[in-house]
Amino acid sequence: MTTPTRNPATRPVVEMTGITVEIGGTVVLHQVDLRLFPGEVHALMGGNGAGKSSLVKALSGAYRIADGVVRIDGEPVVLGGTADAEAAGVAAAFQDVDLCGNLSIAENVMIGHEERRWWGISWSATRRRAAVVLEELGLGDLDPLRAVATLSPALQQLVAIARAMVTHPKVLVLDEPTSSLDADEVATLFRALRRLRDHGVAILFVSHYLEQVYALSDRITVLRDGYGQGEYATRELDRAVLISKMIGKELTELRRIGSDRRAHRVEPTGTPVFRAVGVGRRGEFGATDFELHRGEVVGLGGLRGSGRTEFGQLLAGVVRNDSGTFQIDGRPVGLPNPAAALRHRIAFASEDRRDGGIIEELSVRENIVLALQAIRGWARPISHAERDALVERFVESFGIVAPSLDGPARKLSGGNQQKVLLARWLATRPHVLILDEPTRGIDIASKVEIQARVAEMAKDGMAVVFISSELEEVVRLSDRIAIFKDRGKIGEVSNGPGLSVDTIIEMIAADDEDDA
Amino acid sequence: MTIVQNPHTPQADAPATESGATRLIARSKRVIASNPSVLPTGAAIVIFVGMVIYGEIAYGRILQYNTVSNLFINNAHLIILAVAMTFVILTGGIDLSVGAVIALSSVAGVMLANAGWNPLVVIVLMILIGTTMGLVSGILIQFFNVQPFIATLAMMFLGRGLAALLSTQPERLGDESPILWLGEQFKLIDGPKVNDVVITPGVIIAVIVVLIAFFVLHRTRTGRTVYAIGGSESSSALMGLAVPRTKVLVYVISGTLAGVAAVVYTSRLGIAQNITGIGWELDAIAATVIGGTLLTGGYGFVLGSVVGALVLGLMNVLITRDGGIPPEMTTIITGGILLIFVILQRAVTSKWRT
Repeated sequence: MTTPTRNPATRPVVEMTGITVEIGGTVVLHQVDLRLFPGEVHALMGGNGAGKSSLVKALSGAYRIADGVVRIDGEPVVLGGTADAEAAGVAAAFQDVDLCGNLSIAENVMIGHEERRWWGISWSATRRRAAVVLEELGLGDLDPLRAVATLSPALQQLVAIARAMVTHPKVLVLDEPTSSLDADEVATLFRALRRLRDHGVAILFVSHYLEQVYALSDRITVLRDGYGQGEYATRELDRAVLISKMIGKELTELRRIGSDRRAHRVEPTGTPVFRAVGVGRRGEFGATDFELHRGEVVGLGGLRGSGRTEFGQLLAGVVRNDSGTFQIDGRPVGLPNPAAALRHRIAFASEDRRDGGIIEELSVRENIVLALQAIRGWARPISHAERDALVERFVESFGIVAPSLDGPARKLSGGNQQKVLLARWLATRPHVLILDEPTRGIDIASKVEIQARVAEMAKDGMAVVFISSELEEVVRLSDRIAIFKDRGKIGEVSNGPGLSVDTIIEMIAADDEDDA
Repeated sequence: MTIVQNPHTPQADAPATESGATRLIARSKRVIASNPSVLPTGAAIVIFVGMVIYGEIAYGRILQYNTVSNLFINNAHLIILAVAMTFVILTGGIDLSVGAVIALSSVAGVMLANAGWNPLVVIVLMILIGTTMGLVSGILIQFFNVQPFIATLAMMFLGRGLAALLSTQPERLGDESPILWLGEQFKLIDGPKVNDVVITPGVIIAVIVVLIAFFVLHRTRTGRTVYAIGGSESSSALMGLAVPRTKVLVYVISGTLAGVAAVVYTSRLGIAQNITGIGWELDAIAATVIGGTLLTGGYGFVLGSVVGALVLGLMNVLITRDGGIPPEMTTIITGGILLIFVILQRAVTSKWRT
């Protein structure tokens, strides 16, 4: 499935073959291939953790390549650092805007390439060259003397791209350039990128936004979990097929997995226990309405990076909203931080067990009572008897297998750690529980147990938000499914007979018209 | 705020033409708007001018040849140290070893000179002692990932200890030593009585150091890399700048200039002792911060640090002139000025980032 649309005489400007990258002993890329042709926009697609950023960093010399060959214009090159890549004609603008906020726009664009005379750097000549590059990108009205820290993230992103263009690279690598831009700014950026493409620059474009990829790119390379999933011409690749490549399931298989919900269990009525009105955060998540009723499991479905986690974090006060309001039982409340959310009985179990959840050095017991202690305040300690009774109950009902309840939690398996986390939040008797990827990377038995517990909790009247990248799990468990795409909610479906994973895929793959 | 004045001639703005003055104001407004980091440095200049005017009114004889000459002669070493510290602080680091480097370098230098070594060789060795100490700090910080505070603190103890090992007695340079020439006073303008314009080679060295530092920081890639590292070290690395080399270099510069300061100071006093320069690293940091350099790095000017050093020097002059202020108050006043500046910097940066 290579590019039939391209003239076979054209040689790729970049040819990466069998690229393997290791970070701290873990292999993050396995034998991945990537080809870039002059004058094309090539999109790199994949969920979070698929290895897109690693591949980009390998190409721009920021990561060392453990195995594989990079050819630029047919010549094998060794990329020992960003300077090597720049010399070979590869310029990059990274995801984390890589500018120095204390320096002026002109200087950020030109640093390392300043115009020099016998008496040192000529600032007037340097500024003139910076102004030319900025003009080319449609940023001619920016004052090049302004300090970059005073610019909006969007303008900073454009300045970073201007910087990448100073050396007139053959290849421009853009990692998530649009993640902090609004629609107008995206349009400005795309105009600039198309102009560069027409000048013969090969552009590698990494983005989570499906529609932007379809609007801009000529070809697509798909990655999943560090493995290459092939190279396709954009206009020949159906959105649903692309999504199935990113998820790693054949389309036919996805169609088969139906909902085994016999009937729709909970019909939401009355005042929602938790309600978000127009909640969003500039540059991260579009304004979204969301309702949650007692005893309901609402699944958040979507590709990784579609904004599910971000929305969960907004709901739990982990990330502060800058628009919209929250209501609990109809009363308006603010959720500026996780502690406030906990006071309102909203608990959030993070996606990342290690960094955002289990405290590895504390004992299993301490891990379980941690959140409860936090909302009670440290002035009112939980007595040993109370703690032990609580821990006993959860260990039994969850089937937590631990070498010792007083031993450090890091000795537990992933599944058991996850159960401990779940127990921690349940100990606070939350009214709303948000679970972000509670079943990722754990064994089947624990997975089933956790799913059963989630269903049980809902039956007891708790409202559960269930986030998972395994769509079949979402479909199996949820009463209602909110579907996310490109950092926003695009719709909701009520679960019931006839709903399948494929329904959700179709909704995500649908063109922009019906959801924007 | 019309701060773009020459601090030494504060009355000079009167004769400017209408359009010239307005153009100057418009230009300074633009500079401040696009780069508010000049504000603390501007404030330092304003304070310095204010101190000069106050001193002139309250005690008199401030704005006259010999006072100004002595201000520079007595603070030449501090100016050099402040310049060195500016490099380090611009990258977001700190160098606590400079005072100890001066002790080690000057004691060793005086002993070698008295042992009959060639004075030129002695001067070069004194500077190289500083370079070596700075190089060790830089390598510790860059390649062994030691915090700048800790690495230079270790070098401070090492330097102090080595100096004490060499001698705990004041070492007096022989009266005939050619090194003393660097501290000799040359009369440029013979004023009435003792009111002369006097200069020492030490002051000229300080001026040359300032000019070179200004050139390096503002006209070379190395200098701009120093600023970039202070802005964001990881971004600088991603931009392909020579971050490791530059970070080591700033400590080498700092150590080397501490050696130069040792030469200038020793030549003026003719005595070296292992307790020379205790607390000077803090004076240098104070001068740098008062001059408008942000301790977190990335913002500041070497000329600001010079003004900062002069503010500290002038403060001592004023306290001596007053006679009523006990000398113990000096440190308290220094601390007060420092505090005001740090708060001012906070205000400027927080207002600007939002």
